[in-house]
Amino acid sequence: MSTWKPITQIVQDVQSGTVSAVSLVEKSLAEIEAKADYRSIIAVTKERAFERAAQIDAQVAAGQSTGRLAGVPFIAKDNFLVFGADTTAASNILKGFDAPYQSTAIERLEAEGAICVAKANLDAFAHGSSTENSDFMTTLNPHDKTRVPGGSSGGSAAAVALELAPFALGTDTGGSIRQPASFSGVVGYKPTYGLVSRSGVVAMASSTDVIGPMTRTVEDAALVLDCMAGKDILDGTTIERAAEAYSQLGQQDLTGVKIGVIKEYFGEGLDSEVKTVIDQAIEKIKHAGATVEEVSLPSLKLALACYYIIVPAEISSNLSRYDGQRYGYFTDDADDLDHSYTQSRSIGFGDEAKRRIMIGTYVLSSGYYDAYYQKAQLVRTKLINEFKDAFNKYDVLLGPTAPTTAFKLGEHSSDPLEMYLTDIMTVAVNLAGVPAISLPAGLSDGLPVGVQLIANQSNDHQLLSIARSIEGVLV
Amino acid sequence: MAHLSRDDVLKLARLSKLELTEEQLEKYTKEIDAIVAYVELLQAVDVSDLEPTNQVTGLVNVTRTDEVKEYASQIELLKNLPDSENDQIKVKRMIG
Repeated sequence: MSTWKPITQIVQDVQSGTVSAVSLVEKSLAEIEAKADYRSIIAVTKERAFERAAQIDAQVAAGQSTGRLAGVPFIAKDNFLVFGADTTAASNILKGFDAPYQSTAIERLEAEGAICVAKANLDAFAHGSSTENSDFMTTLNPHDKTRVPGGSSGGSAAAVALELAPFALGTDTGGSIRQPASFSGVVGYKPTYGLVSRSGVVAMASSTDVIGPMTRTVEDAALVLDCMAGKDILDGTTIERAAEAYSQLGQQDLTGVKIGVIKEYFGEGLDSEVKTVIDQAIEKIKHAGATVEEVSLPSLKLALACYYIIVPAEISSNLSRYDGQRYGYFTDDADDLDHSYTQSRSIGFGDEAKRRIMIGTYVLSSGYYDAYYQKAQLVRTKLINEFKDAFNKYDVLLGPTAPTTAFKLGEHSSDPLEMYLTDIMTVAVNLAGVPAISLPAGLSDGLPVGVQLIANQSNDHQLLSIARSIEGVLV
Repeated sequence: MAHLSRDDVLKLARLSKLELTEEQLEKYTKEIDAIVAYVELLQAVDVSDLEPTNQVTGLVNVTRTDEVKEYASQIELLKNLPDSENDQIKVKRMIG
């Protein structure tokens, strides 16, 4: 039996006084402790969580109104600024960082009564696809402890799969919500770029970073999104939310829904057993009444190269703020300011951060800017145009989330390019800024396989509605 | 053909304010070279008549009302300073 009820039911129980928020926090912390050997959690925010829970219980007892997430415990990836525990982004350079304010996403969830109980592991600064780049520890896959949970939101994905809390938050710059959702067997939602404020989230690549929920069901994801979405004066890139509530999902039926199956995602490199699971999912979706056709977006084969120019460029810029002077790792040994910068960064940053900073510096440097960075921005336009054309014909596009199931610990960690290639089916969505979701589609050799659905920019409501219907036929 | 030499990576490290050991320098030269070789894929793509994409929202000149808002206190904002004196950020000497 499931540890947690659907979120709306948990909230009803809290609001009716059947279950206390304090007992939910206790339950979540007990689960975290009992499953600590998976190493999905960096820190718990115990004291603050109990304070907030007691407040919510008091509000219920006094007959005051509580929010739409009243008393619901959740786990935030450790790149969200949160009170009650350090915010480290799983990096040595931010070890001990005590957030002076909270991210907008956390503030909005708290305003609805949700309670953050813990911070989840990630690849340091969200650079990676397995959590093996965490400066602290590697999280283990809930389905097989010899495998990775995916990344970079691997701790959040594992936490949801292990049912440590009803939901978790992740960030997705090139697949970091969807790929671990696929590997760990949970739902991972990547909203349209700009729909959720990035204020107070450790920046990776500012033109593709998004925040999203990781849950057990589409309905839970839609509710959490609904509580976070919309403009924020603290993030100038936020967009208007849709008129309809994301939590009020539409049609249950797939009749008339037009789905384009992405040809490029079924070529070389796709594991044959993953393909079998996805093919079976497509058959079920067809059987449920959807129109399914193959569609080609030829520039998808360029997406990863484009991504690994643009994203390191933005990383090199965003990570320049870590200079050891105002916060973060600082070495007292240097005898002048310039050496203090260099030494603090050299000791504080891990291997992958250094690699990406240097790649970014290279593609932005004089003499190479046009050949790499500018070229990638042009190819990005080409890719976006192909997505637009496809969405003229189809409501959603479909493909696998990742080319394989969860790989073994250490399998790709010696070759960075090999690790980058594990993101081949997720990065294009980020470059285009469109929304996408990974849904559990079935198992291959006991390991979860995710199916990815992609919709046009700002069609989050439609995507979640179709995803919920598809979830219904896949179960 | 190698795209980056050891000296190129040394220069990148200097520009990025990073110090590399000999061993790291060798490793990064090989790895970054392989990644740059991979992204070369884009060189052959025809992008004539296209405009570059710098952002995807289409938003232009986002403004807000200029008004005072409560924010974290000075104490909160200074609590993560590695070194300070009289609530000022203390840094190492800048001029020799």
